Amino acid sequence: MITLGHYLVVSGILFTIGFAGVMGRRNIIIILMALELMLNAANLSLVAFSRFHVDPSGAPNYNAQVFVFFIITVAAAEVAVGLAIVVALFRLRQTTHVEDITTLKF
Amino acid sequence: MILLLPLGSAAVITLFTRRWKNLSALISVTAVVGSFICSCFVFMRTDISAAEFTWIDIRGVFNVPIAFILDDLSRLMLLIVSGVGSLIHIYSLGYMRDDPGKSRYFAALSLFMFAMLGIVLANNFVMMFIFWELVGFTSYVLIGHWFERDSAAEAAKKAFLTTRIGDFGFMIGILMVWMVCGSVVFDDVVAHFSKITSNPGYLTIAAILIFCGAVGKSAQFPLHVWLPDAMEGPTPVSALIHAATMVAAGVYLLVRVAFLIQASQTALLTIAWIGTITALLGALIATQQSDIKRILAYSTISQLGYMVMAVGLASNEAAMFHLFTHAFFKALLFLAAGSVIVALHHEQNIWKMGGLSSKLKITFATFAVGALALIGCPPFSGFFSKDAILALAFQRNMPIFVIGLTTAFLTAFYVSRQVLVVFLGKPRSDSARTAHESPPVMIIPLIILAFFAFTAGFEAVAQNFLIVPHEKEAGAIVPALAIVALLAGAGVAFMFYRNREHEPLHMELFRRLFYFDEFYAWLIKHTQEFLARVAAFVDRAIIDGGAVRGTSGATFGLGSLLRLFQVGNVQAYAFLFGLGIVALIYFVIFR
Repeated sequence: MITLGHYLVVSGILFTIGFAGVMGRRNIIIILMALELMLNAANLSLVAFSRFHVDPSGAPNYNAQVFVFFIITVAAAEVAVGLAIVVALFRLRQTTHVEDITTLKF
Repeated sequence: MILLLPLGSAAVITLFTRRWKNLSALISVTAVVGSFICSCFVFMRTDISAAEFTWIDIRGVFNVPIAFILDDLSRLMLLIVSGVGSLIHIYSLGYMRDDPGKSRYFAALSLFMFAMLGIVLANNFVMMFIFWELVGFTSYVLIGHWFERDSAAEAAKKAFLTTRIGDFGFMIGILMVWMVCGSVVFDDVVAHFSKITSNPGYLTIAAILIFCGAVGKSAQFPLHVWLPDAMEGPTPVSALIHAATMVAAGVYLLVRVAFLIQASQTALLTIAWIGTITALLGALIATQQSDIKRILAYSTISQLGYMVMAVGLASNEAAMFHLFTHAFFKALLFLAAGSVIVALHHEQNIWKMGGLSSKLKITFATFAVGALALIGCPPFSGFFSKDAILALAFQRNMPIFVIGLTTAFLTAFYVSRQVLVVFLGKPRSDSARTAHESPPVMIIPLIILAFFAFTAGFEAVAQNFLIVPHEKEAGAIVPALAIVALLAGAGVAFMFYRNREHEPLHMELFRRLFYFDEFYAWLIKHTQEFLARVAAFVDRAIIDGGAVRGTSGATFGLGSLLRLFQVGNVQAYAFLFGLGIVALIYFVIFR
């Protein structure tokens, strides 16, 4: 049987991969992609919760799935803004390597 | 009034009349003679009381009045100090006639008189201490009068520092007395005396510490090193400071606190022995000196030793009597020596003198009177006072008597040596051959002092001034022994020094002053270096390194640490972010 636990573990692994990507990749666009991955991992865990918490009357609890819609929307908006920033930065610095964009230090 | 005249004179001279030297001299002399006249008045009438001002009054705890004490002792000292002081001022008119620093000299002299009179008149410890220090300071100024000479500046510094060491002990002694008795006024201390006597150890220490002050000021062993060097000052200064007044201040102090000292046998014995050692030491060194003033300086040390010895043998009367006669004949000797020096154009080496008895007749006569008094030859005054002390020693402490007698022998020896070499025989240098008598302004004080040196010993005269000590059971043996010692000393001196061209005896130990100066220099060098190193270490390592650099270093370090969080790197921020989340989860779930 595939239980809630399995889904949550997968979600966790996806989250970790995403987090590792945020930390370890040099290209800003890849970092954004990893960020998306983290968000989607959260979506997965939400859907899994919705699927496995069943009411006594047999209908699943749809609150979580509605929340997933919100998250997808927000993620899309955020990516739009993020990419706009990346484009502006690229125009300024001519690079997408995040290590070169470190002027905001001490 | 007595006090204010010299003070006023000093102030006026320093502020106004620096340029008019003769006027300054006149002001100073008038002031001190005025003081003398007032002192005579005070002496005659016993009903004068003085005003009292309160200076410091911390209620119940610390009360220091500015008040004067006018008992027999202080009246006598007033007379001595202002009297001899007046004569010396008059003498200075002649001695310092051509000196460029005349105004400065007289101003300092007036200030010194003020301070000395203050010591005599003070009625409490603190006031006396203040004037004590002031005397020390003015003597520094006077000894270093010819400050262009390195030796004079050094000598002045040495005098001040050495007496300062004694003063330090003195101050601690005063504090000890005050702690127990609650008051620094002499009379009050006498009244509360029972409080101290209950603790004999404490009393002994306090007494000995106060004695330290006298050790410094009166040039006792081991703080005697400053007095011979202080001969760098002008001769009238030597006469004033070292014969009549400042060194007598120490003895005066001891007599004032005699009630304190006499309650402790240990203190008495210590004082007596230090006085005796000093007397012997001074006499031994004097036998080998060739500067006319140094011989007199060591003679002063020796005689002061006698006085201190008398205090230690519990007889204030004998000590004061000797102080009284000593003031006259020593001042006389110094002034006469000054007359010789001036007549020979400031030559001070006795081996360049000689044959002056025919040329400087009055000086010779007065010097001879002083010398005979110093030796203790009857019927001059010195005989009576020294005899009194020796009789005291004979009765109470035989070893001290023997040493005292030996010192009398040595005294006769070196004084006769001095007279022989300086005045008799043939002239040994050109300046000796062409000498002529000094001007009257210098001669008259000599004659006056000679008169007193002769008469002050007689009971009939001295009785008016002080209590003459009587030792009834001594009999005739002590004076007899004293006279024998005297004649022996003079005789030996004749044998050795008649008609000599150079010093026949060579005793290196005495000539080099028992190597005291070298010893002190070595001592100071080592202790001071050690202390300086310790202080430097503390300063560099602890204060500088620890406190100052430590705090700043810690702040820097902390700052550097915190700075690491401010990398501009986004990924690092993300990492820290994740760490924070983990910590948050941990705290939420497991706490």
